[in-house]
Amino acid sequence: MTQPIANCPNCGAKIVFRWSGSVQTVCEFCKSVLIRTDINLQRVGKVADLPPNSSPIQVGTEGVFGNRSFSVLGRIIYEYEQGNWNEWHFVTIDGTSGWLSDAQLNYAVTFPAQVGILPRECKVGQQYVWDGETYVVSTITKAHYCGVEGELPFKYWDKSDVVFIDLMSRSQKFATFDYSEDPPLLFLGEFVDFDDLKLKNLRTFEGWS
Amino acid sequence: MSTSGPTPAGAPHVRSLNCPGCGASLTVRSFGNAVTIVCESCHSVLDAQDPRLRILQQFHASTSEDPPLIPLGSRGTIRGVLYEVIGFERRTIQVEGISYSWHEYVLFNPTKGFRYLTEFEGHWNDVSVLRALPEVSSGGATLKYLGETYRHFQTADAATAFVLGEFPWQVRVGEVARVSDFISPPRVISSEGSGKEVTWSIGEYLAGKDIWKAFKLPGQAPSPVGVYENQPSPMSSNVKSVWALTGAFLIALLAIAVGAYWIESSEQVFEQTFEFNTSAGGEASFVTDVFQLKGRTADVEVTTNAGVDNDWLYLNYALIDQDTGHAYDFGREVSYYHGYDSDGSWSEGGTTNTVTIPSVPPGNYYLRIEPESDPNRGLIRYGVTVKRDVPQASFFGLAALALLIPAGLITWRSLNFEHLRWAESDYGTAPNDGSLLSSVENIRDSFKSSGEED
Repeated sequence: MTQPIANCPNCGAKIVFRWSGSVQTVCEFCKSVLIRTDINLQRVGKVADLPPNSSPIQVGTEGVFGNRSFSVLGRIIYEYEQGNWNEWHFVTIDGTSGWLSDAQLNYAVTFPAQVGILPRECKVGQQYVWDGETYVVSTITKAHYCGVEGELPFKYWDKSDVVFIDLMSRSQKFATFDYSEDPPLLFLGEFVDFDDLKLKNLRTFEGWS
Repeated sequence: MSTSGPTPAGAPHVRSLNCPGCGASLTVRSFGNAVTIVCESCHSVLDAQDPRLRILQQFHASTSEDPPLIPLGSRGTIRGVLYEVIGFERRTIQVEGISYSWHEYVLFNPTKGFRYLTEFEGHWNDVSVLRALPEVSSGGATLKYLGETYRHFQTADAATAFVLGEFPWQVRVGEVARVSDFISPPRVISSEGSGKEVTWSIGEYLAGKDIWKAFKLPGQAPSPVGVYENQPSPMSSNVKSVWALTGAFLIALLAIAVGAYWIESSEQVFEQTFEFNTSAGGEASFVTDVFQLKGRTADVEVTTNAGVDNDWLYLNYALIDQDTGHAYDFGREVSYYHGYDSDGSWSEGGTTNTVTIPSVPPGNYYLRIEPESDPNRGLIRYGVTVKRDVPQASFFGLAALALLIPAGLITWRSLNFEHLRWAESDYGTAPNDGSLLSSVENIRDSFKSSGEED
C-alpha cells in the first residue's frame, strides 16, 4: 500500500495518504478539505468545527470484520432529529473501502454495491430482494451534513440536506440508499456487535475503564 | 497500514450542566448520546442536543410517588456488560377501565450502547432493540423471529406518564404509542409505534433477585405478583419432554419386567419332599438342611405342594438365618376340596401354595417346619421349594404409577400456570396451537365454563 506524501496547499503541513484510493482528505491542522488530482492537492473548502460527538471510534481505530482486519481512515458526520451519527470510512487489509456506521452506538458495516437502478422514492414497508435476501424499508431519514474528517474514497464536502433510506432484513443484514449522489448509492452490509469487531485504539471515556 | 494520525481532542467526559428551568445541576451521563434529558428537580424536559438545553416540556408529578427502584447513576452488570442507569419512565395502559403501569429503565454503556430494563409488579425484562425484522403472520396472531414462533399476547396504547434522566429518543409526558407484545417465554418481542415507524425490541424475563444482585441494591427485590406474560413456567420447562421421558421410562420398565420374568435369576435354592404322619403323635416340628441365599437383599419365594385331597395341611414355617438367628415366621395352608352336587362338580383351593417373603438379606438359612392336619388323616406327602430373587409384578405396577404421578402433576401445574398467564392477555384463554397441552387445556376450560353456567 502506497503512502503518498504532499503538503497542504493552505498551511504547508505534511499530508499523508494512508490509502492509495483516497480521493479526499482534510488537513488535520487547518481543516482544509483537500482533493487529490493527478499532480497535486487542491484546496476546495474548509471544515467547520465538528459537533461534539461521543463515538468510541476515531481515525486510527483498527478492527476485524469477517476475517479481514481494517483501519479507520476518515468519516462523514451527519445530524438528524435524534442527534448526530458517524459514517466511519475504513479500508481493509486487502484494500477494500467500506463503512462502519455508529448511530447512537448501534453499529453496522456496509460496502458499496451495484444492483441496478434504485427507486427515486419509497415507503416504509416496501421490499427489495438482493442475493436471495429480502430487505424491508424500515426508516427514511432526512439528515443534515455536518462535516468530514480524514480520508474518503470520493469528494464529499459541500453537501447540505441528504435523504437516507435504511432497510432491514429477516436476518441481521442491513442496506442503505444514499441520496446524496445522483444516481443514489446503495450500501449493503449487516448490523454488527461491538465486541465482534475487536476494535483497538478506541477513545476512552471518563469514569469507564 | 499506519495508525498514526489525529485524534479528536480529549476523552469524552461526564458533563455537569445547570437546568435552565430551575438552575439545579444536571449530570449528563451518556456523553452526548441522549436526545432528551429530564431535570430531576423541576421535571423540565430538555433538548439534550442543544448546547443551551432548550426546555421542551414541563410536567408536574412528584418523583417520590413512584421513585425508580434502581436509582439513576447505579451501575450493574447485565449479560457480562457494565451498564449505568441513566433514564427512567413510567408508562400506563388502560384495559377494561383499569390502568396498569410499568417502569422502564434506560441503561447505558459508552461503547456497547443502550439497553433497557422493564418492571411490572416485580416482573423484570432485559430488553434490547431488534436488528432483524420479525415476520408477522397475515392475521397478526403470531410472528417468527430467528426461527422461533411468538404468539400475540396483547396490544394496547401506552401513555408516557412520568420521565426522569436521559433518553436516546424524543420523550414527552403524555405521548401515546401503540404497543404489541408477542410471547415465547422466557422471551417477548414488542412492537412500538404504528405505520411509518415501528420499533421492534426483544425482552427476556429476569428475576428481581438477579437485578438486585447485578446492581447491588439494598434489601430484597419486591416479590412478583401473579404470572407475567413471558414468565417461564417453573414446572413446564417442557411438559412434552417430561412425558417423553416418562414414556421412555415406562417402556424401559416394561422391558425390564418382561426380561425379569424370563431371565432374572429366580434361582431355586432348596427343594425337598417330606412326609407327615398325622397319626404318629409327638413333636412334629423339624428343621431342614442349611441352604445359601446369595447376592443382595431380595425376595424369597416358598412354595408348598401337598398331596391333599378333600382335606388340609397347615404348615408353620420359620425361615431362620443360621448366623444371626433372625427368623421370618409365617404359616401356610394347603387345602383342596372337590365334589359333585346338584349344580355339578365343584372344587375349592388347590394343592399348591406360594408365598413371597420380601427383603431377605443374603446368608445361610434353614427352615423350621411344623405341620398340622386332621389327626386321623394318616400320611401326607408334601414338597417344599425355596426360590431366590423372584420378580414381582406388583413392584412394576407401583413403579409405573410412581413414574406417572410426577408427569401428571407437572402437566396439571403447567396448565394452571398457562391459564393464569393467558388470563391476562387480549384473549383471556390460552391459544389452541394443536398441541396435546392446549387440547387438554381446552377440555379443562370447557368443563369449567359448563360448570359456571350451571
